[in-house]
Formats: sequence, structure tokens, C-alpha cells
Amino acid sequence: MIETEEMKAGPTTQRCEILAFCCNFCAYAAADLAGSRRMQYPANVRIVHVPCSGKMEVQQILAAFEHGIDGVLIAGCLEGGCHFTEGNLRAKRRVAATRKLLDDIGIGGERLRMVNLSASEAPTFVARVREMVETVERLGPSPLRLAENRGQE
Amino acid sequence: MIVATGKSIAEVRSLLMRHDKVLFVGCGTCVTVCLAGGDREVGIMSYAMRMARRLEGRPIEIEQMTIERQCENEFIADLAAAAARNEAILSFGCGAGVQAIAERFPDKPVYAALDTQFIGILEEQGVWTEKCLGCGACVLADFGGICPITRCAKRMLNGPCAGSSEDGCEVDPERPCAWQIIYRRLEAIGQLDRLAAIVPARDWRTSWHAGARRVVREEHRI
Repeated sequence: MIETEEMKAGPTTQRCEILAFCCNFCAYAAADLAGSRRMQYPANVRIVHVPCSGKMEVQQILAAFEHGIDGVLIAGCLEGGCHFTEGNLRAKRRVAATRKLLDDIGIGGERLRMVNLSASEAPTFVARVREMVETVERLGPSPLRLAENRGQE
Repeated sequence: MIVATGKSIAEVRSLLMRHDKVLFVGCGTCVTVCLAGGDREVGIMSYAMRMARRLEGRPIEIEQMTIERQCENEFIADLAAAAARNEAILSFGCGAGVQAIAERFPDKPVYAALDTQFIGILEEQGVWTEKCLGCGACVLADFGGICPITRCAKRMLNGPCAGSSEDGCEVDPERPCAWQIIYRRLEAIGQLDRLAAIVPARDWRTSWHAGARRVVREEHRI
């Protein structure tokens, strides 16, 4: 399984860190557009460019959490609008199963979310990212980070 | 193919409670195809267990390996070095694979990560159904290729019973009545006359009922 550099880096600050896996055909373009339009969104979100949300493996999501990430956002095309027909629908089912897995592990399924948007929706991208950051900040740092901090004290 | 399903995180966690260094072994045959115990599932469970144990404050070291078939000593031999390095083995094979590994490494605790379900087929993506009980004396020829022993809840050889409704089984209406399928199939292949024969009671000694079975083929022995 290939782990991206972003995953291996893990959290760099005490702030909540979120990884956003963005599909090339929608969310990545929307994020790019948000940048061109100088739209502001929280800086603790790091974007990982993926060819399709359906390319996301459960292991990649878990790897991000194991490396200490506090939240993962999977951003795919609108339902019915996937470039590969049904990649985003597969991602949706996979995300649902992974949320349950994260609950069972003790990390919490709420820390993983899938959103759907189109390439032109820069404001939607910013709004979804803000919502995710709010959720994760409300939940606090990943229990893994907390457990390790307790261990070090 | 043998169809299996994964045990829950909580179950696997309690299986590994006594150990801090464990070898997770996947099987590249049936359980890979039924998405229960291949390389990917071993990886997912490894991530899950490492995180769960870190949360517990008792980290676990996991080594992962997937062999072609856990039910053959030739492939199990590849595990020897890794087995020696670890305290225990968590096998993602079917019940046969787990036991084969346990026999090969008598001094290692070997645990099953899966619940083995049945011999079946992939009905559609993500759906598997049971087709064969391995009764040791195949009767498929008499029933148009549909097994009443496996697929009829009452194992009737002279069915159908009076309980089926429409095409559904009395025991579980979601499951098709095997005898309905047998009738349609025999009709389609022009062999409805087979149903006129009274099938005598079976000799179940060929099945599991007399205990675990053994097949010996002298011509293949070395």
C-alpha cells in the first residue's frame, strides 16, 4: 500500500490537522479555483490529489489516522457525475464502512467524512472544508495523539 | 470457493490480548477472492489493531505476510522465519488454513481472524451464496445441477414440501425454493421424467456425520 508523504509526515502542529483527498475532476479543481479567487479557508487542511474518490483504499484512510491525522475528508464528484461513472458511489460505501471501523477502533467515525461537489463549486469546497474543521476542532485532537501525550507525561 | 467473513475488531483484539508481537498471515486463494482474508484485509486489520492497542496504551508489533495457500505445507514453509520472530500467528485463512498452520508450528499459538462460512459462489459483487455441503456423494446429476441437500432447508430428496410460497422457501422467504429451481431446470433441459423416480434415503456415512474425512489417492502418492 502506498502511503503519501502527507500521511507519513503526520501532524506538524498542535492544531487539528485534516487531510482532504480531492478527486482530480471536481474537488481538486474546486480547491484550485478557490485559491485563484483568493477565498480563505483554514490552513490546517492539506490537500492530496487523487485521480478519483473511488481510488481511495480503506488502508490509506487508516494510514492517515495511524500517522496522527485528526480528520480525513474525501471529496468526490456529485452523485451521477463521476468521471469514471461510479467511483464516487464506491467511495461512499467504502467511507461508510470505514467510519464504522474507526468507531470500533476507538478513533471515532465522525472524523471521516465524504462530500460531493463539482469543479465549479469553489464556495462549496470552502464551506465543506470549514464544516469539517469545525467538527474536528469540536472533537479535539485524535485520541491517538492524546493517548501518546498521556504516555509521555 | 470457501467463503468466510472477518471477525470484528473487538473479537480480534481479545484474541491477541496475551501478545505484543504477532504475525498476521493472509491467504491468497479463496478468502482473497471473497474479500475476507487477503493482503488487503490483513492490511486493514493491522492498521486497526495497531491503533486500537496504542489507544489502550499497550502497542502491538505486527508483521504481515500473505501466502498463496494456507492449506498446503509447501506454502506454509515460507512462514517459518517470520513465525520464529513472532509470539503468535493470526491466520486470515479458512478453518483448514488455520489448522494447517497450527499443525506446522506446534509451539506457536495460532488464532483465526475469520469465521469460515461455506462452500459457495459469488452471486454478485459483494454477495456470496452457499452451493455445496461437501456431502461426499454428489447427487447433482439427478436434480438438474441444483443441490437439494444444500439449498433446500429441509434437505428433501423428494421435494418440494408443501411450505414454499411462490418461489420462496418456507424457512426464509428471501431464499428461493430449491425444488422450484430444480423443477424449472429439469423442464428446461427436457428431463422432467427424473422427478418420477423415488429417491431412496441417503447413506450419510460419506458425509461429515461419521467424523472428519480423509481422501487417499494411491496413484498420486510419492
